[in-house]
Amino acid sequence: MKFRNMLAAALGALAFSTSAVAQQPLKIGFGMSLTGALAGNGKAALIAMEQWRDDVNAKGGLLGRKIEFVYYDDQTSPASVPALYTKLMDVDKVDLVVSGYGTAVIAPAIPIMMQRNMCFMTLFGLNPNGKFNYDKYFQIMPAGPDPSVGWSKGYFDAAMKMNPKPKTVAIVGADAEYPHGAMAGARAHAKEHGLKVVYDKTYPPNTVDYAPIVRAIQATNPDLVYVGSYPPDTAGMIRAANEVGLKTRMFGGGMVGLQYASLRTQLGPLLNGVVNYEMYAPEVSKKFPFLEKIIGKYQERAVKEGVDPLGYYLPPYAYAMMEVLGQAVTATKGTDQAKLAEYIHKTTFDTVVGKVAFAKNGEWASSRVLMVQFGGIKGNSLDEWKGPGRITVLEPAEYKTGTVRAPFQDNRK
Amino acid sequence: MEASTELFINAIVAGLLLGGFYAAVSVGISISFGMLDVVNIAHPAFIILGSYIAYTANARFGFDPIVTSVVLSPLFFALGLLLYRIYYLCFEKRGQESLRGLAFFFGVLFITEVTLVLVFGVDYVQARTPYTDVTERFAGIDFPLRLVVPFFVSLAMVIGLQFFLTHTFFGRAVLAVAQDQLALRLMGVDPVRVKGLAFALSIATAGVAGALLIVILPVQPSIGREYIGLVFAVCVLGGMGSIWGTLVGALVLGTAESFTATFFGPSWAPAVSFGLLLATLAFRPSGLFGR
Repeated sequence: MKFRNMLAAALGALAFSTSAVAQQPLKIGFGMSLTGALAGNGKAALIAMEQWRDDVNAKGGLLGRKIEFVYYDDQTSPASVPALYTKLMDVDKVDLVVSGYGTAVIAPAIPIMMQRNMCFMTLFGLNPNGKFNYDKYFQIMPAGPDPSVGWSKGYFDAAMKMNPKPKTVAIVGADAEYPHGAMAGARAHAKEHGLKVVYDKTYPPNTVDYAPIVRAIQATNPDLVYVGSYPPDTAGMIRAANEVGLKTRMFGGGMVGLQYASLRTQLGPLLNGVVNYEMYAPEVSKKFPFLEKIIGKYQERAVKEGVDPLGYYLPPYAYAMMEVLGQAVTATKGTDQAKLAEYIHKTTFDTVVGKVAFAKNGEWASSRVLMVQFGGIKGNSLDEWKGPGRITVLEPAEYKTGTVRAPFQDNRK
Repeated sequence: MEASTELFINAIVAGLLLGGFYAAVSVGISISFGMLDVVNIAHPAFIILGSYIAYTANARFGFDPIVTSVVLSPLFFALGLLLYRIYYLCFEKRGQESLRGLAFFFGVLFITEVTLVLVFGVDYVQARTPYTDVTERFAGIDFPLRLVVPFFVSLAMVIGLQFFLTHTFFGRAVLAVAQDQLALRLMGVDPVRVKGLAFALSIATAGVAGALLIVILPVQPSIGREYIGLVFAVCVLGGMGSIWGTLVGALVLGTAESFTATFFGPSWAPAVSFGLLLATLAFRPSGLFGR
């Protein structure tokens, strides 16, 4: 009798402890730029990630556990990233980690993930794993298996279809991780197409006046100007091109910031003629039906929180990053990092940004970066951007809605 | 005009215009750090505060940001008075201004930034004026009004400050505080009051500089940190506490930056600017106009 009582008590305790574990939240940790130069994108990404968390929790969570986010502001400072992820894993004891937004904060986190053998889902980094070759690294950004090259492929493909073909190119960008990657891709394309590089220089990110740089570029008289820039320098370069009266056939390429509302409305008609990468255009909305699943809810919250009210650029991909991780956890029935990585490598995922499959190096298996040209912009209202009519998709072929209008300066008359 | 001559003159003009803006953001530091020995590391945060206030008035009511900043400069002056009072009572009076005072201003910097994030969000904003996208061109030389207008406003502010400091009783008292506080006290003047008013003046200039910044560039709450090094470099190059020195130092650094960007590559610009600073300090340790 005594033994049976003890056995019943032990089984009861075991059942209690099992249910307690089942009810423990599944912690996902990350750093995110909530202040600093990339905070606009960081906050937009966070909204989408929280949307995913709330959607999953409304359905009972993952593996019967509610999702809980543990995140810190990385201040868009790469130096703060290693300590932040170490704290997430050692002190906060998170079960899973994902990255913040952008190359600059992903790259310093990769060595930490390698030490801990963590599966690392990342968001919009331009080839940060190129030098690490970490096998549990995955990237949500549709730049293809060779991201640096895939990023600017559309720009050079569109340029080489012009008649006569361009012969020279100027390459310029900020002294920072992402622009370096974008510029490396541009150099590779220039070499492939036999273009002579007549200007190839970087500038400090805190530059105030970009006119001297644009004048130096103009002095080399390039057919193409490829720019890899972050939001403040994107605005600076475009204003400088306007002030100097830059004469070239194509201008733009890898400018971050033109994808969201604040810079679009600030620059307005100055954007006419600029060629740049995009993730979405209203002109080809029928090819992106899946985005509508989250965009309405996102826009509602974004307006309240003062971040990008359009949200077609980053938020869907941030949501998709979490979807991939969530689907992998469900399929592998746990948080074993090796199993998660193995599953993500071999699976094609259904997400809000469409089907996603990964190449061996963790990048997207195929590229889907749109190269577009802005035109017909008359004012600075947000309404200009809510429907089709301002964007011509130049590349890739399956999304194409027109050809390049060159030279650049003629678009501004 | 030949292309190279045109490039050369454009580089000089762009450098001077840029230097004018640098003078506006540095002159407040020249007063607080150079004259009063108050290491106000939070000065750039007040510049950004000025930017956002000017932006709000511009976006909501269509007011010109620079006019707004001049009208609201008494508010910044009052904020400066309050801030100095706290600093004086908590640190300077107790002789703890060196390290704890520095930490205090770091705290003010972060609190101001976070407040701006909470109130305005983190997106880049820029004021829109009729002159923002207008460039005048004479004989191949570009005069972008988004830099020309801030240049002249800055010039007026710096000259006005210099005149005020050298031709008024209060201005001379500020200069005296910088030189000998005891002597000033013996003359029956309260140096703490003079320092408070002078510090307030430096914060008032930050408000105007913020408006100039948001005419030139898009701004987000923590962008001010990027200019901390620059504003202190301008002050040291020009000579601590010298208003003319600040103006000349700013014009020298602006021209050096523009020249380097045009002819040698923009990534060399900081190295050339700070190299110039080091060279100047090697030959004139007190800066160009320092005593």
